[in-house]
Amino acid sequence: MSATAQQVSAPPVGARRRIGSTGDLVFEWLCRGAGLLVLLILGAIILTLFLGGLPAFREFGAQFLWSTAWQPVEGRENYGAAVAVLGTVLSSILAIVFAVPIAFGIAFYLTELAPPWLKRPVGTAIELLAAIPSIIFGMWGLFVLVPLIQSYIQFPFGETLGALPVIGTLFQSTNFAGTSLFAASLVLAIMIIPFIAATMRDVFDQVPPVYKESAYGLGATRWEVMRGVVIPYTRISVVGGIMLGLGRALGETMAVTFVIGNANRIANSLFDPTTTIASVVAMEFPESLMGSLKQSSLLALGFLLFVISFIVLAVSRWLLRPRLK
Amino acid sequence: MSATTFSDAPQKNFAASRALGRRRRAMDAAVRWACIGATVIGLVFLASILATLLWRGLAALDWIVMTAEFQPTRYGDDTLPKGGLGHAILGTLIQTAIATAIGTPIGILVGTYLAEYARNSQLGQAVRFVSDVLLSAPSILIGLFIYQLVVLPMGGFSGIAGALALAIIVIPVVVRTTEDMLQLIPNTLREAVVALGAPKWKMITLVAWRAALSGIVTGILLAFARIAGETAPLLLTSFGNSVFSNDLGKAMASLPIAIYQQANSGFPDLIEIAWAGALIVTVGVLLINIAARVLLRKRK
Repeated sequence: MSATAQQVSAPPVGARRRIGSTGDLVFEWLCRGAGLLVLLILGAIILTLFLGGLPAFREFGAQFLWSTAWQPVEGRENYGAAVAVLGTVLSSILAIVFAVPIAFGIAFYLTELAPPWLKRPVGTAIELLAAIPSIIFGMWGLFVLVPLIQSYIQFPFGETLGALPVIGTLFQSTNFAGTSLFAASLVLAIMIIPFIAATMRDVFDQVPPVYKESAYGLGATRWEVMRGVVIPYTRISVVGGIMLGLGRALGETMAVTFVIGNANRIANSLFDPTTTIASVVAMEFPESLMGSLKQSSLLALGFLLFVISFIVLAVSRWLLRPRLK
Repeated sequence: MSATTFSDAPQKNFAASRALGRRRRAMDAAVRWACIGATVIGLVFLASILATLLWRGLAALDWIVMTAEFQPTRYGDDTLPKGGLGHAILGTLIQTAIATAIGTPIGILVGTYLAEYARNSQLGQAVRFVSDVLLSAPSILIGLFIYQLVVLPMGGFSGIAGALALAIIVIPVVVRTTEDMLQLIPNTLREAVVALGAPKWKMITLVAWRAALSGIVTGILLAFARIAGETAPLLLTSFGNSVFSNDLGKAMASLPIAIYQQANSGFPDLIEIAWAGALIVTVGVLLINIAARVLLRKRK
């Protein structure tokens, strides 16, 4: 036995490279190259949007940010971002206001209240809501939700609350199309509920059971455990989940385009039509002339949208970072 | 007896305790019903969307809608030819197939890089962050990007531009699932393979990928479902077309764009066709999602 071992001479150290080292090198750089490509794509998106918007930024200067003009007539062209930026921010924030209580209720129900046999089907159904394409939400919103909103919310609210002194104007509108800021926010809320609810459910599930059991042992009710133990333990991640929903709402295009009315006016009332960055780009970009000032202004709007949603998504990720580890 | 011994001890106020208990229980019940209400509201939205799609879509769905190409509105005149979405279905299949074919290998390589090479490196953190941002970034901006990069130089809308825009959306979805699934593989498996003398790249391709296969396939399915219904980026890249075309250098139809255009046309007969298209897209997307879930559940 020792004889055979001696016959097999070991290769001299350093004379031969390790088997497969070339393959290792190639494969590692292939993977790293793909990773670098992802970085490159993001950089290229920022750069092309900025360069494309540069003529508009040059032409209008900083005024572009707060000008409400949108004048495509040749020779008197004048474009401003204020209406679209305001519409984007307002519709998304309203959507968050509508969505958070519902999403919290769903997450609380799924983690603490639901009987075990119901948890999976209900959870799956809510997740499937997130899989429905945004254009379907838009169509459903336009043909089903908008008429309902008009006859059961816009008109009654306008008649009753519209008479109130200061806040009355919020509810008063002469808009008869039904497509409005309110409809857009509601459709957006329905679209982001599943994202926020899923994040909340995941973070609620991560609370160590011992903490909850201690509180139950002291005689706390489920709501008291939620308020006194689960929410304080998870609040940073909960805010992160809400920011994730906000990031989604800011860039949502098709659903909003269907129901917001696409009017270049600042909405004085909840029921007035207005527009968002994403929908003004979707409506006007395909039919604008290549290389025109209008196209450049739309690219500049896209750049602003990118900056806004990048900040929101980055903050969301930073807040959710303990959960990601 | 005790009353005589501790006459000055504080007496428990039973009435107040009961009132407090009642209040706490009532609060708990109120919150519980509010949460059940919230869940029901969420489910009602889903049910309403599906019911509307079935009710309006099934009524319009027939063989002509599935196979014919676009025809202008008939103004109620039944002698004119009936239009359909066949060209759009073909366009969507071509573009999503090319996009998945481009995006999937890149996504798998990036996910592999993050899970096997760069778990804690600075570059890995950056790639993971950027991929997560791309996952939630507004898809219309990806359309603008491809417009500047491909459509402008080519001088017009094209199917290949649409496929490239969709491929960028595929990448982060596949990255996420690939990385998650590779991280679930126990390190002992990797060590066992390397201890046999296999180089790392063989360990990854022959063992790690195979162990994570069902998860990776799930990611690909989810990415496919995501881009099948994607509208906004296509509006700026492949734009839409009203006849059968498999020429990647020209504008190409797609199902979501056809739905968008016909739903906004204002003609009842075209809106009906849009509902049929919406039903096709939604059923397809939901079925793929459910298939992906079943696949993943089998693994666990």
